[in-house]
Amino acid sequence: MSGHDHDHPHEHGSELSETQLRVRALETVLTEKGYVDPAALDAIVETYETKVGPRNGAAVVAKAWSDPAFKQALLKDATAAVNTLGHVSRVGDHLVAVENTPQRHNMIVCTLCSCYPWEVLGLPPVWYKSAPYRSRAVKDPRGVLADFGVELPKDTEIRVWDSTAETRFLVLPMRPAGTEGWSEERLAALVTRDSMIGTGLARTPAELAQ
Amino acid sequence: MTEMTDRPTVPVPGLPCDAEGPVFREPWEAQAFAMALALHARGVFTWPEWAATLGAEIKRAQAAGDPDTGETYYRHWLNALERLVAEKGVADAATLDRYRHAWGHAADRTPHGTPIELRPDDFR
Repeated sequence: MSGHDHDHPHEHGSELSETQLRVRALETVLTEKGYVDPAALDAIVETYETKVGPRNGAAVVAKAWSDPAFKQALLKDATAAVNTLGHVSRVGDHLVAVENTPQRHNMIVCTLCSCYPWEVLGLPPVWYKSAPYRSRAVKDPRGVLADFGVELPKDTEIRVWDSTAETRFLVLPMRPAGTEGWSEERLAALVTRDSMIGTGLARTPAELAQ
Repeated sequence: MTEMTDRPTVPVPGLPCDAEGPVFREPWEAQAFAMALALHARGVFTWPEWAATLGAEIKRAQAAGDPDTGETYYRHWLNALERLVAEKGVADAATLDRYRHAWGHAADRTPHGTPIELRPDDFR
């Protein structure tokens, strides 16, 4: 598809950029051929923009913190465990949950492209898709964590998981201290998107109060 | 190319507190995203095929000087989509070109502020 950006410039005041023209062309062709339905496309966008997102992952983490049996099931087979919660699983049949402990911190990356557990985290943030993150997460995870303002004890091992189209990872962050007896709903508010990627930690009750 | 080379290659822009930030910068990115999911749901391609094609497009763009900081990500996505659609015999590059030119024509004849719609005579 090379050359598309050069052979048909729209510098005479067109309302649409070259890229927008390509997207419209593709959508029109696919619609006419019956491969896609514009209303269904809108529904997909709406689902991923609003309904699916880090909140789903946060609910999974909060349940794992509260329910030892669910946590065990999640670590054994995350796809099956998440599906019992009624989440839509469109992408990545093989979801793997990796647990943070005082001894080991987990981080996820996709060095090839940007495979990401969409069904529990929504769409990936821009930095996750960037080459600097994709390369540095593997070579210098501690440095990347420092960029995110996270400093771990020196003897904590950092394990970086490289996602693929088939296997996607979800980090199960450590439950913050001082949250004994909290409801799942309250706990979920502590779970950030970055804590489930491994570039952050769960919020503490004090941080939540701010 | 200038827009790409002018962009600083910042090392992992932080944004750790931006948990609910916008996931698409422009509507076309969302459309391109949704088309890939819809085509996969129709069985046009598998996710491993998609990942391999997208990965190859990203590598190709990097080799051509794209800093690949994430902001051009959906361009690679769109390239991968067009390539797979052609490879799978759904729509070849010539067909996509014809429609692209028709949309360009429709955009040019449509007054500002009016929805752009494709008409048969845009294909002439």
